[in-house]
Amino acid sequence: MIYLKLIWSYLKIGLFGFGGGYAMLALIEREIVGPGWITEQMFTDIVAISQMTPGPIGINSATYIGYVAPGHAGFNGIIWGLLGSIICTLVVVLPSFFLVTYTSHFITRHKESALIKGVFAGLRPVVVGLIASAALLLMNTANFGSETDDIIKSVIICLASFCIVFFTKIHPILVIILAGITGLIIF
Amino acid sequence: MKQLFQLFSTFFKIGAFTFGGGWAMISIIEKEIVDKHHWIERSEFLDLLAVAQSLPGILAVNISVAVGDRLKGMKGSLSAALGTILPSFLIILAIAIFLTPDIIKNNEVISSIFKGIRPAVVALIIAPVITSAKAAKLTWKTVIIPIAVAILIWSRIPVLSNPILYIVLGGIGGYVWFTRNELKQKEGTK
Repeated sequence: MIYLKLIWSYLKIGLFGFGGGYAMLALIEREIVGPGWITEQMFTDIVAISQMTPGPIGINSATYIGYVAPGHAGFNGIIWGLLGSIICTLVVVLPSFFLVTYTSHFITRHKESALIKGVFAGLRPVVVGLIASAALLLMNTANFGSETDDIIKSVIICLASFCIVFFTKIHPILVIILAGITGLIIF
Repeated sequence: MKQLFQLFSTFFKIGAFTFGGGWAMISIIEKEIVDKHHWIERSEFLDLLAVAQSLPGILAVNISVAVGDRLKGMKGSLSAALGTILPSFLIILAIAIFLTPDIIKNNEVISSIFKGIRPAVVALIIAPVITSAKAAKLTWKTVIIPIAVAILIWSRIPVLSNPILYIVLGGIGGYVWFTRNELKQKEGTK
C-alpha cells in the first residue's frame, strides 16, 4: 500500500531530518527515489521547483512527492494525488509538534549540559556530510545527460552556477532562471 | 480567537513570501513576532530558535510551533504551523497538477529548460556544503567525518548508505567525545 509506505518514509524524514532542507535531501532521496516512487530527474526537478517557489523545501517536496508517487504506483487521478500530498505534508510536520512541545523545556534547561552540547557537536560534521552526499547523489546521468556533448554542457552550467552562487550575491532563483534560459538555447 | 487568527495570518504571510527556506524565514519571523507584534521578547525568541534548530524537522515549522505554543498552547502552535505550511502546500499542489512529469518530459521547450536547470540545482547544493563546512569549524582530523559520511551514503551499500545511521552515530559519538573531553579537562585542573 503506497500510502502506508509514504507515511513510514516521511515519518523517518521528519524524525531524522537534522540540519535543514539541504541535509534532508539525502534522506528524502534515499526514502523516495530509492524505492523508485519517482525518478532521479523528477527529484532534481522538485528541488528546482522548491527553490523557485516560496516556503521550506521539506514541505514543498512532501507535497509534490505525495501528489506524484500514488500516480507512479498506479493510483491515477487528482483525488489520489491530493490524498497523498495531504498525508505526506502532515506526516513530515507531525514529529515537529511533539518534539517542539515536549522537548523544548528539556533543551532550554539543559542547553549547557554535556548531553546536548556533545550531541550537537557530533551532528555538525555529519550534517556537512549529508549535504555533500546529496550533491554527490545528484551528479548522475539523469541530471548531466549520458552523451559526451550533454555532459560537457551540463558541467559548464554547473560550474558557472556554482561560481555565481558562491562568489556573488546574486539570488539562487535568478541563477535557476538563467540556467533554464541557457538550457533552452543550448539543448 | 483574534490572536489565533493573527498568528495564522502572520505565519501565512511569511510562508507565502519567503523564498530560500528556513534561514531566510527566520529573520522575517523575528521582525514580525518581536518587532511588529511584540508577542515575544527578543531574548526569548532566540531561546526558541535555539530549540527549533536543535530538533529535527523543518526549521520554519519548528519555530512556528514553538512561537504558537508559547503564546496560545496547542491551538496556537496548530494555527501558526498551518499558516506556515498552507501557502507552500497550495502552490506546490497547483504546480504538481499542471506540471506533471510527463509534461516535463514530452514538451520540448520545458524539457530543455529543465535540462539546463538540473546541473544548476547540483551547484546550489555544492555551495552550502562549503559554507556549512566552514561553520562547523572542521579541522584536518574531523574533516574525515563528512567525507566518509558523504561517500558511504553515495555508495548505496545496504545499511551503510543509510543517512539515519550517521545521524545516530554522530549524536552518540559527539556525546561520548564531549564527556571524555570534560573528564580530561577536570583531571588536568586537579
